[in-house]
Order: sequence, then C-alpha cells, then structure tokens
Amino acid sequence: MSKEKENDMKMITVYIMGKAYKVPFGLTIMKAMEYAGYRFIRGSGCRAGFCGACATVYRRKGEYKLRTALACQTTVEDGMYLAQLPFVPSNRKEYDIEELDPKKNVLSEYYPEINRCVSCNTCTKACPQELQVMDYIQASIRGDYKLVTSLSFDCIQCGLCVVRCPAEITHYHVAQLARRLYGKYYSPVPQHLLDRLKEIEEGKFDSEIEELKKMDAKKLEEVYVARDIQKIPRGEVAGE
Amino acid sequence: MKLIDGYTEEMRESIEKVEKTRAERMKKSYPALTMEEREEVLNKYHPDYKPDKKRAVRVGPNKGEVAPHEVVDLLEAYPLITAKDVDLKTIDYDVDLLIIGGGGAGTVAALWANDNGISAENILMATKLRHGDANSMMAQGGIQAADTPEDSPARHYLDVIGGGHFANKPELVEALVKDAPFILKWHEELGVIYDKDENGNYIERPGGGTSRFRLHSAKDYTGMEIMRVIRDEFRNRQIPVLEFTPAVELLKDESGNVAGAVLFNMETEQYYTVRAKATVLATGGFGRLHIQQFPTTNHYGATADGLVMAYRAGAKLRDLDTVQYHPTGAAYPEQIVGLLITEKVRGMGAQPVDKNGDLFVFPMEPRDVEAASFIKRCADGKCVQTPTGMHGIWLDSPMIEEIEGEGAIRKNLDAMYRMYKRFGIDMTKDPILVFPTLHYQNGGVEIDASAQTSIPGLFAGGEVEGGVHGKNRLMGNSLLDYNVFGRRAGISAAQWASKRSKPGKLSLAHVDSFVKELEKAKIPPERRSPMLLPEYRGEKVLARMLDIL
Ligand SMILES: Cc1cc2nc3c(=O)[nH]c(=O)nc-3n(C[C@H](O)[C@H](O)[C@H](O)COP(=O)(O)OP(=O)(O)OC[C@H]3O[C@@H](n4cnc5c(N)ncnc54)[C@H](O)[C@@H]3O)c2cc1C
Ligand code: SF4
Ligand code: SF4
Ligand code: FES
Repeated sequence: MSKEKENDMKMITVYIMGKAYKVPFGLTIMKAMEYAGYRFIRGSGCRAGFCGACATVYRRKGEYKLRTALACQTTVEDGMYLAQLPFVPSNRKEYDIEELDPKKNVLSEYYPEINRCVSCNTCTKACPQELQVMDYIQASIRGDYKLVTSLSFDCIQCGLCVVRCPAEITHYHVAQLARRLYGKYYSPVPQHLLDRLKEIEEGKFDSEIEELKKMDAKKLEEVYVARDIQKIPRGEVAGE
Repeated sequence: MKLIDGYTEEMRESIEKVEKTRAERMKKSYPALTMEEREEVLNKYHPDYKPDKKRAVRVGPNKGEVAPHEVVDLLEAYPLITAKDVDLKTIDYDVDLLIIGGGGAGTVAALWANDNGISAENILMATKLRHGDANSMMAQGGIQAADTPEDSPARHYLDVIGGGHFANKPELVEALVKDAPFILKWHEELGVIYDKDENGNYIERPGGGTSRFRLHSAKDYTGMEIMRVIRDEFRNRQIPVLEFTPAVELLKDESGNVAGAVLFNMETEQYYTVRAKATVLATGGFGRLHIQQFPTTNHYGATADGLVMAYRAGAKLRDLDTVQYHPTGAAYPEQIVGLLITEKVRGMGAQPVDKNGDLFVFPMEPRDVEAASFIKRCADGKCVQTPTGMHGIWLDSPMIEEIEGEGAIRKNLDAMYRMYKRFGIDMTKDPILVFPTLHYQNGGVEIDASAQTSIPGLFAGGEVEGGVHGKNRLMGNSLLDYNVFGRRAGISAAQWASKRSKPGKLSLAHVDSFVKELEKAKIPPERRSPMLLPEYRGEKVLARMLDIL
C-alpha cells in the first residue's frame, strides 16, 4: 500500500490477542491482522469461507458478549478484541462405513453424548454459516439422516459450535457421519451411471476414442467445430 | 463513505441503469463471437497474450520455453536448503509412500495406495496447512462425467481437447474421460451427495465449452462435499499426516530415483527427512503467485512449490505458458476481491452488463474469451469504478430469481448469497460487481497415463501436473482430474513401491547441480524458492523487521 493511500485511509484500532494495533477501516479480520504484521501459519486456509481454518472469537469493546466469526469473511470493527482458534481438539470416532447398519441410529451409538443436548441453542448462535445446528443435533438424536444432511450440508467444520457447547458435543463430526450414511445408503446410484460403467467395461467407446487420439490436428479441429451442441434451455448452464 | 445497502451512491446510480434495462434484456441474448472475433479480442486483451509478461527459463529441463515471469522467477531461484544444511543419514520417517500435499489429489492417492496393498502406517502425508486446506475444498460448480445416454466419453474427449486448443496429451484425456463415471460411482460408495432429481437421477448442467449436460454438483459446495468425505475416509483408515509441514526439496537415491523429501515444520522450524520407495506430488497450483498482479481465487498455499521441487529434480514441465483467468472474480467489496463467483451465476441467467446497463457479450463464451471481453469493456471506459479504484462489470443476479422464481438463489447458490450478505449486499435484489481473477494452473509436471513423471519414483496428480487440459481447462474437469490422476498416482506408486527394496543413500546432489547451472547462467542469488507462503504483511511492518529472535 502506498504512503498517500495510507494517509487517506480511515484507521481503526483492534486488539489482536489483547494488543492494540491501528489498521485501515474496511479490511477483513484476516487482512487486518496481516496488515498489523502477523504472518499466518495456522488460521488461514482457503481465505474464502470454505475451509473453516480461520475460526475467530471476538468481543466488542464495552460488551461482555463473546462473538464468533470467520476471519476471512468478516470486516474488522473499531475496538474488536480478537483471538483465533488454532485447533479444536474434538473427539472424532473412527468407523468403517461399509460395516455400519444404517437402519439403526448409528449417530447415537457412536456419539451418545448427543442425547445430553440441553437445547440451549448456543451452537446455532455460534455458527458462522448460520446453520440451525441445534436442530440438526436434535434430528441426530432421532436418527433422521436426511434432515441432518439438509440442515448441515453447508457446514465448513470450523469447530466454533463445539467449543461453545455445554454438552461436549462434536456437532460437525456427527453431521459428517450422518451425511455419509445418507449419501451411501439412502441416495442410490443412478441407473444411467451404472449403465455407462457397463458400456465402458465392454469397450463400447474404445474404437471411437482411439480414432480421435490418432486424428491429426486439422481433422480433429474440424470434428470439434462440427460437433452438435445440446441446446441450453434458460437457466440450465452451470460451471465453476 | 456512505453506503446504501452495501453500495456507494455512484454505484447506486449505475445500478439504477441496470434495473432500467433489465426488462428489455430479459427478452434478448447477445450473439456469440465468431472464431475470428474471438482471436481478435484474445490477442488484444487477454493477459496471456502479452509477450512482455513472460520470458524463457534459462536453466533446467525446459530451458528456452516461456512462462509467466512470476513462475520463471521461482524456477530460476536458489534453493532454501542445500546438502550442508541437513543430515541425510538420520532418517526421521521411513515409509513406502510419501504423499506431498493434503488436498484432493493427495487424499485420493493415499486411499487408492492403501487399497492397493500399502498399509496405512507405511504411508505418510505431508501437507503445508491443515489436511484439506486446499483448492479442492473451494470448488463450487461441479465435476464432469459423461454418464447420460445422450452423452459419451468420446464426446467428452472432444470437448476437453478442443477446449485445450488441441495441445492436450491424448492418453491423459482418454484416461480422464473414461475413468470419469467410475469416479462418480466411487464417490457414491463413499457417501458423497450429489444433486439428484425426484427420480434419483443426477441433475446435470452444461457449462462453457461442453457440448452435453454433464456437470454434477452438490449445491455450490461441490468441492467441499467431495473433499470432506474423502478426508473422513482417510481419517478412518488412520493414515498418518503431518500438517503445517511442507516439503521443501525432493530427495534422490544413488540411482537417481526420487526417494523421499526434506520436510520443514513451519511451527518449530525444524526439518525432517523422509525416505520413501515412492513419492506422489500433489501440491496443487500457483494462484498465490498473483501473476500480473491479479487477485486470485486460490487458497493460501497455492504457491507452485511442487513445480519448483520437481523441476530441480529434473522433471519435465509443460503448458506453463498459459494461465487460466476466471472471468468472474468478485471486484467489490474490497474484502472479497478476487474470490470466485461461480460460473453457475451466469449459467442460471445473470447477464454481464456494463455501467450503463448494456449487455455487451454472449454470457457463456469460453473462459478466456469472456474474460478478455470484460477487460476490453473496461478499456473502453464502460466499467464501474469502486471506491478502492478497482474496475468491474455488473452480473445482474436478480435476473436469476425472475427467471427461476423466488428462492432460486438460496437453493442453488447459497455460498454466493452468504458471502455477499456478510458484506451487506443482497444479490437477490442487487447486481454484483465482477472482474477476471487468477484461477488455475493449466500446465504443470508432465505425466503419462499412469501418473508417472519423467523421473522414476515420482508420481503426480491434480493441478500440479500438466498435459490433461492442454492450454486451457474446461469447467468441472479439474475436480475430475485430481480424482482420476490422484487415483492413478496412488495405484502406480503402490505397484512401484511393492516391487522395490528400501532406497539406498539419500542425496540432494541434484539440487547442488541445479545451483551450478544457475551460476553458470549467471543468475544472481537474489531469490529463493519454494515460496511456501505468500507475503501479505504490511509494508510498514516489514520495513522495521529484525531477525534477532
Ligand atoms: C475457488 C475455486 C473454485 C473451483 N471450482 C472448480 C469446480 O467447480 N470444478 C472443478 O473441476 N474445479 C474447480 N476448481 C479447481 C479445482 O478445485 C482444483 O484444481 C483441484 O481441486 C486441485 O486439486 P489438487 O489436489 O491438485 O490441489 P489442492 O486441492 O490445492 O491441494 C494441494 C495441497 O498441497 C498443499 N501444498 C502446497 N505446497 C506444498 C508443499 N510444499 N508441501 C506440502 N504440501 C503442499 C496445499 O496447501 C494443498 O493443501 C476450483 C478452484 C478454486 C480455487
Ligand atoms: S455447524 Fe459448527 S462446525 Fe459447522 S460451520 Fe457451523 S459452527 Fe462451524
Ligand atoms: S450447544 Fe450443545 S447443548 Fe446447546 S443446543 Fe447446541 S448441541 Fe445442544
Ligand atoms: S480461511 Fe477458510 S474459511 Fe476462512
């Protein structure tokens, strides 16, 4: 950042693990910490709200309430007291997905502590993805894999719910197990995929691909340009 | 600065124009460019077509070939360590298989090596950040596989190779498209959840450059869904992993085979030596090099370390002259500049429009053409300016709800919606501002169809390798790539390792000879690599830094 630009910038004060630093207004917590001189080893992964590496606990000056955020997805505010969660030592159970009996409530069996949920809703309040975390724990108690799946699908496994839960529940591990059970046992493999696998095994496309592989560049380009393109109805194009 | 629902007053004025033209635009599209017109806009405006932004590398296996300055800077840099700095006689980890990189490719390789006879305790994964802090976690749009009756692997082949400007390595494309349906089945067995319709069939969507609907997604969290499932499986198998411990140099044995690596624990700053019968390189891409100062969609650790290490060990690289810029990176607000706005936003109907609310390009041109068209529009002075001096094109996202009905954005684009909402913008009501961003490393370490590099004992999968996508990757083929070639790398490495006894004496002699080559080419020892982490600390702090602790 150039000198002139810096002079123009409105500066605010944040307290990184208690130490005061002046940082420009309008940065994310992550970029503000870097501006202040911190170089992340832990605490910075995707930098885009997808990995949960940057779980942050903070308090605003003059408040008593502890709040939670993702450092890469939250703007710094004047007077924030900031600390990052470098690691969550949460309990994860090992299992063999092939051996589980999805008809039983596997969640309760592997994570019996879910039954101790006191419905305080602290986990939901802590979740930076704004998921209904308590509700998915309640659904886990009932063994409702489908509901856990839909309620927890956007979980980035940051662990903030876990560190706040009075019942020592490891929400995101429970949800991961539920989703795998649902995906594997309750969302069958489409028939058209199985058909295609059989065709590939039988070598149905081999000669066509072999021909393309051998084609000289000019001919290949001709075939490419001439290929028919499936009509795209409105709103049906996707991509990254 | 006064903001009204997230935007400045000037930006609001432009948004009003966008709203005014919306009803008319809804009825229209914009004609796609002809091949000649494409060439013209690419030549004039695409960042890759500027010869002064690249140079030929002066040393190593690709001597004389061009790549972006930022890449060549690292390839021509001096190593972080030499033989003098480390004791290679003491071996800290003695394993059959070393996997470098804990993203998608590395995880898949570990699972398949394990399935192919290498026990968990004979595998070691070393990764730079946490396991899963990787580009793989961030993919939104989806993964390609030709699995419908209207589609075929041969067709997929044609799309891939045409998209790659016919520069792809045919045997790799063949592997990619033929393995694709199998990969989906494997995912299903592990419990990955893809979007399906009420009959249980996949919801498949097309995208730029595909001639059939074959993109499979999991909302706009596709990468995360796959990554967290394969990581969960990896953890169940108790495969050892060292986090925050990147590789800094490959090791070789007396016969010139790759035989492990030197790792560096970034927290304690000590090194470890790993001896391995086989090594899989899965370090991903180079977005964090900020080529031509572009912002990037990539994760914090995408710094081309794998390219550098493999190059010093004598591996051939390919197709590094092209870089993929995604047309739609966030351009505003400042906090999220460069982050990816999935192609699905355009796909679902949002048109790109300029500051006057005019549509100026076919919304689904191939990535490079779309990006170049955006840059041209800005050069023509028709862009929106942000308070921090960035330029941008509007993506008229409220159109999505008008076309697909209320709630369509939350249902299909929840990650996008959430990101904007965090910064005070409601994309269901207001358009969002975008500009091209550095997205993907098209080329990389050359491999064959068994994922073997040109050096014995070294295998590679995922974004670090090259040849699969030629000069330009199509959407949805990179998640596929890391699965297909991560798997092949794991299987090949397992086979290789099972046939071999422990490597002999470990050595960094190849690094010493590389240094000699650098000296001979009169390259001054100004830079060192691999980079490991990008530098984002404030200038004022760096200027006052003391190295005394
Ligand atoms: C925002 C975004 C969206 C995308 N969307 C899509 C999509 O919809 N569809 C699609 O097909 N593709 C998409 N891609 C591309 C795709 O996600 C990646 O190309 C692919 O996941 C790469 O997988 P990988 O395992 O090779 O690399 P990564 O997943 O990046 O993993 C590499 C790992 O190696 C680690 N590492 C780096 N250096 C070292 C070192 N020296 N030692 C040890 N470890 C190291 C990294 O930190 C990282 O954990 C997207 C990419 C991004 C960034
Ligand atoms: S559910 Fe828990 S782990 Fe998942 S995103 Fe919310 S707070 Fe983080
Ligand atoms: S924080 Fe724990 S106890 Fe409270 S609602 Fe959530 S799961 Fe239940
Ligand atoms: S760094 Fe990944 S969520 Fe913030």
